[in-house]
Amino acid sequence: MIEAHSKRQKILEYTVLLILTIFILIPFILGFWTSFLPTADISKGALWSSHLSLDNYVAAITQTPIIRYLFNSLVVSILTMLAQLLFCSMSAYAFVFLKFKGRDGLFYLVLATMMLPFEAEVIPNFATVRSLNLLNHYAVMVVPFLTSAFGIFMLRQAFLQIPTEVKEAADVEGLSHWQFYARVVLPYSRISLLTLAAYSFLASWNQYLWPMLTTFSDNFRPVQDGLRQLQSQETFNNWGMIQASAAIVVIPTLLVLFIGQHYFKSGLNEGAVK
Amino acid sequence: MEQQVTNNSKKLKQLPQNLSSLKTVSYDVNARDKLHAIWFLGPSLLVLAVFVFYPMLRTLYLSLFLTNNLGKPTVFVGLQNYWSLLTSSSYLASLQATFVYVIAVSILTLIFGLLLAQAASFKVKGSNFFRTVFSGTMGVSVSVAAIFWLFMFNPSIGLLDQIASVLHLPVINWLTQPGWAMTAIVISTVWMNLGFTFLIFFGALQTVPVNLYEAAQIEGVSKSYQFFHITLPMISPTVFFVSIITLIESFKSFGLIDLMTAGGPNNATNLLVYRIYQDAFLNGNYGLASTESVILAIIIAIFTFLQFKILEKRVTYQ
Repeated sequence: MIEAHSKRQKILEYTVLLILTIFILIPFILGFWTSFLPTADISKGALWSSHLSLDNYVAAITQTPIIRYLFNSLVVSILTMLAQLLFCSMSAYAFVFLKFKGRDGLFYLVLATMMLPFEAEVIPNFATVRSLNLLNHYAVMVVPFLTSAFGIFMLRQAFLQIPTEVKEAADVEGLSHWQFYARVVLPYSRISLLTLAAYSFLASWNQYLWPMLTTFSDNFRPVQDGLRQLQSQETFNNWGMIQASAAIVVIPTLLVLFIGQHYFKSGLNEGAVK
Repeated sequence: MEQQVTNNSKKLKQLPQNLSSLKTVSYDVNARDKLHAIWFLGPSLLVLAVFVFYPMLRTLYLSLFLTNNLGKPTVFVGLQNYWSLLTSSSYLASLQATFVYVIAVSILTLIFGLLLAQAASFKVKGSNFFRTVFSGTMGVSVSVAAIFWLFMFNPSIGLLDQIASVLHLPVINWLTQPGWAMTAIVISTVWMNLGFTFLIFFGALQTVPVNLYEAAQIEGVSKSYQFFHITLPMISPTVFFVSIITLIESFKSFGLIDLMTAGGPNNATNLLVYRIYQDAFLNGNYGLASTESVILAIIIAIFTFLQFKILEKRVTYQ
């Protein structure tokens, strides 16, 4: 009796899991699958073809700047990530370990900037980067994001967890602020730093509106806006090639996600609990 | 002569340092900290000042002006821009569409996120596989998601309408009929959100003490009762946290709209950020677009403030 009940429950559980899996996976599977079909067949609405091939991938790589777009995104995201790790951790250090007048007021001011969406500030920011001559260059996608209030906030919470005895011991040892920062604080908070690294990299990788406004050539255009470019060009109805381009873009991030998931999950949870 | 002056000032600078090293270590700690604060904080504060504080003030300022097509303010009009927006039926329609979108996306993201997290916690074989799949959309960027769903929603070759025609259901022009276009955008956004939401909820579920469920099992309480009376209250801080984050992110939605509907059909998906982009960068009406930005910022500030309040509560309770 109990066995039959638990068997029924298992079947129910697998059914739920299967339905959810289909909802999540269908757009992926269909996208990947059609990237192997000739566009002529796709546009007839066929989901099967006798001509499965990698032709769409070859076409995407040779006829479009997709690899260049990927490279651009990689450059911008890595630079942004490194800058945020450095500048956010330095600021967080100041807010935790340095004593100066107006420190808490300044911290709340920084915190308050989290309320201001970048999307609401694009008009003056566009004028600023134009007058700084940064338009259509990697710098325009990195400079405004060299630091982030969220990153400072998150790392400050992490640094606050460092026991005061550690700081006292460092003072006795005669460590300078730079030494304490580099040799003790950063290694101590490496999980939070890893979380910020992943977060800032992904945030930069997924930027869409700002690069769309500020880059005009394939030499600097990042991959999100590159895919937009491909769709709006003559390739618009070349579904096979567009799906292949999407696959080329999404496969690396999926791999990174799956490999890094273990670390990322523990980091996210740590961040969410605090 | 100049050389000498600098030499002298160098000596002057060295003097107190030498003195302090003779005295106790803690001497002058405040001055030392103050100097370090400039180096540690300087870069971040500079960037925030130029790209966050200044543009905020500038946007406020521009919102009170008419502007020329270069974005330079020309005529001071006071609150005229605000008045004309809040009485414009087209702007109010945008505002309404945004609220519909934000509420629908948030509710569906929460429900499906919880469902995924709960399902991934089933003690069945292969649950690791399901966990990996459920977090998968986190690796999908906005333009890839748009391509996947543009294909799904395509009226002639998309899967949804192919299924519809097999089942002799009416074929829907998903992206060219106002109500359906909004539905399509909501589905795509929720799908994109789920990877992240799932990970957060799944993490939260692991923190619920197992003995609570064991006690419930002994009492013979049903699964749904367990969910609503044990699980949900235990993870309610996370639920609040996720709902506010989702709300804020949805108010800022731009990419999917630009790629899938371009605000159409008939402005049915012309949400706030897309409108700012259109008015400023396509129509050259920077004053009006600044006013729209201020309104957007106020809405988001309110929700962010709520988020802080909730986070504060969590910290004190734990």
